[in-house]
Amino acid sequence: MKCDLCDKEAVVHLTQVVNGEMKEVHLCEEHAVAQGIDINSPISITDILMGLSGPQKNIAHELSLACPRCGMAREEFRKTGRLGCPDCYKTFMAELTMAIKAMHHSGQHLGKIPSREGAQTRVKSKVARLQKELEAAIAREDFEKAAKLRDQIKKCREENVKDDEGGKS
Amino acid sequence: MTLDGFLKRHGGWLEAGPEEGPVISSRIRLARNLRETTFPGWASKEVRNRVWSEVLLAFDGVEDSKSFLRWRMDELSALDRELLFERHLISRELAERQTGSGVFVNEDECRAVMVNEEDHIRLQSLQPGLNLQKAWDIADELDNALEKSLSYAFSSKLGYLTACPSNVGTGLRASVMLHLPGLVLTEEIKPVINAVSKIGLAVRGLWGEGSEASGHMFQISNQITLGKPEAEIIAHLEQIVLEVIEHEKNARLRLMGKQEIRVHDHVGRAYGILANAALMTTGEALDLLSALRLGVDLGLLPNMVRREIDQLFIRIHPAHLQKEAGAALSPEERDIKRAQLIRKFLDGK
Ligand SMILES: [Zn+2]
Ligand SMILES: [Zn+2]
Repeated sequence: MKCDLCDKEAVVHLTQVVNGEMKEVHLCEEHAVAQGIDINSPISITDILMGLSGPQKNIAHELSLACPRCGMAREEFRKTGRLGCPDCYKTFMAELTMAIKAMHHSGQHLGKIPSREGAQTRVKSKVARLQKELEAAIAREDFEKAAKLRDQIKKCREENVKDDEGGKS
Repeated sequence: MTLDGFLKRHGGWLEAGPEEGPVISSRIRLARNLRETTFPGWASKEVRNRVWSEVLLAFDGVEDSKSFLRWRMDELSALDRELLFERHLISRELAERQTGSGVFVNEDECRAVMVNEEDHIRLQSLQPGLNLQKAWDIADELDNALEKSLSYAFSSKLGYLTACPSNVGTGLRASVMLHLPGLVLTEEIKPVINAVSKIGLAVRGLWGEGSEASGHMFQISNQITLGKPEAEIIAHLEQIVLEVIEHEKNARLRLMGKQEIRVHDHVGRAYGILANAALMTTGEALDLLSALRLGVDLGLLPNMVRREIDQLFIRIHPAHLQKEAGAALSPEERDIKRAQLIRKFLDGK
């Protein structure tokens, strides 16, 4: 892939959020250094997202927003890239969702679940995992596998509904 | 046991392990936070103290909780904090924090739980050599034990919620500490670092950055923590580390094939300086010990054992030297002590 600014091979590939839009940036070694990016040190993606994102006019009216639990203001969070409490994820959901997607190329947890979490969380997570497998199966045109996965997902969801009703009674 | 007890021993993660030539150790770190509780960097002293107490109580659920030692940062001297940092048991960030911050370390130093670092809990498991799976199993078990009494901040969508969104999801940072003198000497380290960085992994020098890393020690770790199961993150890292090891081994073979006399010269000169110098800075010592370690791997120093050199890599650091001397030392006094320590080690060979 070529550098965005010249014809040399790009060695740095970044995802930036500019004015609320995700943008891929590809730079050669020279231009990366010129932009102040140290190509030898692993770049903190958060710093890039928070630092280079510039004035985000479209969400400027929300700047006064603060987390109801911990009081962290949006300004503060944008300055440090660190959240104030777990509830900040809800408060700053709009910009976090995009930043998290850019960092992890995903928005759905597929790992360990604390044993305290209820059966519903487990089912949700299982469905998310199967969904990912389903997409992969369709991508490689393995429709037999895809059909099986689709049925599994359906079954999971039905059982979940039953569990829910059972829980309420 | 007191902190001084550490000086007479080495961490269990410095024992022999798989792929121990180029690999020093494998580490799993898990970030966890308590539900509805302000993160340490934004919390009041009261909240931070409460978090410390909650974790302390949670250790009752850990089967061998008695084998854990614990220290709060505000009751340790700067030198003691530095000692824990030099032994890879706490981060620089924790060493600089005060109220409510501290660490639990089990006796063989293979497990450590930092409290009130960037997150409420940073749990680490260290294993010698390339052994991420075992490190994971141990971390997972400790995590389960603590979770019996702690309520973690968790969302079914974003997983474990962390102070920095770059850790959200699994909260997992898996890393392998590697000694790569072959790639440095053949000047192939830069392309390897660039290639590894491009596939979503981070490479950093253990002491110093990039290809300038002192002691030719590097750490490779995952960056992505969300959207993949832990097993997948670990397997991917392990696969890439195995490829880097292969490159390192090939570089060493090439060095010994075409430039054997240069390698002898490199190792011999390092030995000569280490055996005779009267003043030695940390940086110089790390680089020369790296040459010695390479010499051992290549069979050029039959009387030496790799693990002894690995221990020296830690013992030559400033806080270790000063604890061993039992006094604060000026930089020059440290350079003298460091040179003495190494000469004494080589005398016995
Ligand atoms: Zn360019
Ligand atoms: Zn908050």
